[in-house]
Amino acid sequence: MSPKTLYDKIWDAHVAHEADDGTCLLYIDRHLVHEVTSPQAFEGLRMAGRPVRAPEKTIAVPDHNVPTTPGREDPANMTEDSAIQVAALDKNAKEFGIHYYPVTDIRQGIVHIVGPEQGWTLPGMTVVCGDSHTATHGAFGALAHGIGTSEVEHVLATQTLIQKKSKNMKVEITGKLRPGVTAKDITLAVIGATGTAGGTGYVIEYCGEAIRDLSMEGRMTVCNMAIEGGARAGLIAPDEKTFEYVNGRPHAPKGAQWEAALNWWKTLYTDEGAHFDQVITLKGEEIEPVVTWGTSPEDVLPITATVPAPEDFEGGKVEAARRSIDYMGLTPGQKLSDIAIDTVFIGSCTNGRIEDLRAAAEIVKGKKIKDGMRAMVVPGSGLVRLQAEEEGLADVFKEAGFEWRLAGCSMCLAMNPDQLSEGERCASTSNRNFEGRQGYKGRTHLVSPAMAAAAAITGKLTDVRELM
Amino acid sequence: MDKFTKLTGIAAPMPLVNIDTDMIIPKVFLKTIKRSGLGVNLFDEMRYDREGNEIEDFVLNKPAYRNAEILVAGDNFGCGSSREHAPWAIKDFGIKCVISTSFADIFYNNCFKNGILPIVLPQEDVDKLMDDANRGANATVTVDLENQTITGPDGGEISFEVDAFRKHCLLNGLDDIGLTMEKSTSIDAFEETAAQARPWV
Ligand code: SF4
Repeated sequence: MSPKTLYDKIWDAHVAHEADDGTCLLYIDRHLVHEVTSPQAFEGLRMAGRPVRAPEKTIAVPDHNVPTTPGREDPANMTEDSAIQVAALDKNAKEFGIHYYPVTDIRQGIVHIVGPEQGWTLPGMTVVCGDSHTATHGAFGALAHGIGTSEVEHVLATQTLIQKKSKNMKVEITGKLRPGVTAKDITLAVIGATGTAGGTGYVIEYCGEAIRDLSMEGRMTVCNMAIEGGARAGLIAPDEKTFEYVNGRPHAPKGAQWEAALNWWKTLYTDEGAHFDQVITLKGEEIEPVVTWGTSPEDVLPITATVPAPEDFEGGKVEAARRSIDYMGLTPGQKLSDIAIDTVFIGSCTNGRIEDLRAAAEIVKGKKIKDGMRAMVVPGSGLVRLQAEEEGLADVFKEAGFEWRLAGCSMCLAMNPDQLSEGERCASTSNRNFEGRQGYKGRTHLVSPAMAAAAAITGKLTDVRELM
Repeated sequence: MDKFTKLTGIAAPMPLVNIDTDMIIPKVFLKTIKRSGLGVNLFDEMRYDREGNEIEDFVLNKPAYRNAEILVAGDNFGCGSSREHAPWAIKDFGIKCVISTSFADIFYNNCFKNGILPIVLPQEDVDKLMDDANRGANATVTVDLENQTITGPDGGEISFEVDAFRKHCLLNGLDDIGLTMEKSTSIDAFEETAAQARPWV
């Protein structure tokens, strides 16, 4: 048998039908659902009189537009249209008999944090969700990607997806990271190197010593942003860390089934000599703490750099850079570490897990946020919030002047009341710095949790290594 | 789903690269539970000022392009979120075909599910069509899916590639779910085998 990549193996194990032209029906093991991209899909089922084919494999949680302040279970505290979407999810979950975590449930949170936390996400699975950051689950060696609403309906009705196989890309991060450099810096540095379209048509497998050294939380951060590099999915081969993370979770296999699962999971790696259509290698030692300066995630530079000039680019990017620099209110040549920040947001499915909060708290401990700074921590799930409270992290944040919120997507996409106002500048641990993403004319700089914490203290983008 | 066979219409130029789904339809409009009615908010933040007045020099506000049915765009069109509201808004506005050198994966898929034809062409062909589009309402472009050709106002013909299965679905307005359900015996059989091999799933 010819050697296979990890992606090949998972793909092959899930093809339910293959047409002559190579179009496949890929069987889906887990379907995650949230309130924004699903109402039209359920409506479609209802109109066609179709049931959900595998309700036991379908999990729903409201996260995108729920408020993160107390009293949010009362629809009166939501905008009318948010309340309509959440109510629709409530109704659809009940009517179609799928697993559901309402806002009142301590396990509620961002869909991509809840899935792994509850053991729904397991190695070797296919996982989809009507949300592009489904790539997060690739950290477990699961083939996970975002889909549109029509595809949500397709998966609900048939438990399959019409797919053609992507190409294989290997992204290797060799060696060790230096202090102050995190998983977020890796994933941003990769996008900086490939561009936001560099991964289009590929599934990426991340490997190398620096990836192996990451915790599961860190690996989820890396895979989360595979989509920002344009890839369909990101994958990391499961290892002992993965198995240890999964073991004992509510929906993970137990007893003899655990043993059987483990046996299969241990075969999930790329064979020696397997073919990759593209290979990218970065040296771990050379990655620095990075920030974005523009309005595309590929606009990445080390914090020690300066704002570029449009003329530094080529082709269509010249105009895009000019527009970005103007939108962001920056001047070419300005030092990135001189950019003053109004708001700090720590949270999202990229960086809303316990390890992220620990890393931020480590920097914040015993200090106060800069006068006039708005800073908030939004844990990725109710359980992350609880754990952070038990570990004393919540107190560290509160004493420093941070707001301590309930779980949800919050200012990552600002569909709930957490938004930037016009011209407000934010250091954010989320994943997108698009125009208007965090609020109309809001300005976003993407950073790691430690870098966000540093900015909250000093009031400007800051090299976290100066505070360590 | 609406069929897509042959389209003759005005092409609007949007040479900007990395036009993302937040630009195509800002998140404030995602709170609908319907698929229709998003066209008025297509490119909302580029198209209207804060008071809701049209911004004159935005391409789709110019008299020549208000009825555009084709969009010629810069690289990596549709990057960002998976929101199908983006193609819904494009379709609702009346645009049925988008041409670029590259598209983001999810957006590209979403187009076909909504009767929109996304066409990938080499840079030089996109440049040529961008020039044609810049000529405004006097110049129409014809997209023929059956023959996989684009004919510019001067009669020059460009051919394009499209996946055979997707072409078939668009030409005939076929619904994916119905097609897949015809293969339900394969899915049943797969489920049975998988339940043996991986009972923990
Ligand atoms: S946290 Fe942000 S990126 Fe993640 S699921 Fe929510 S909105 Fe999407």
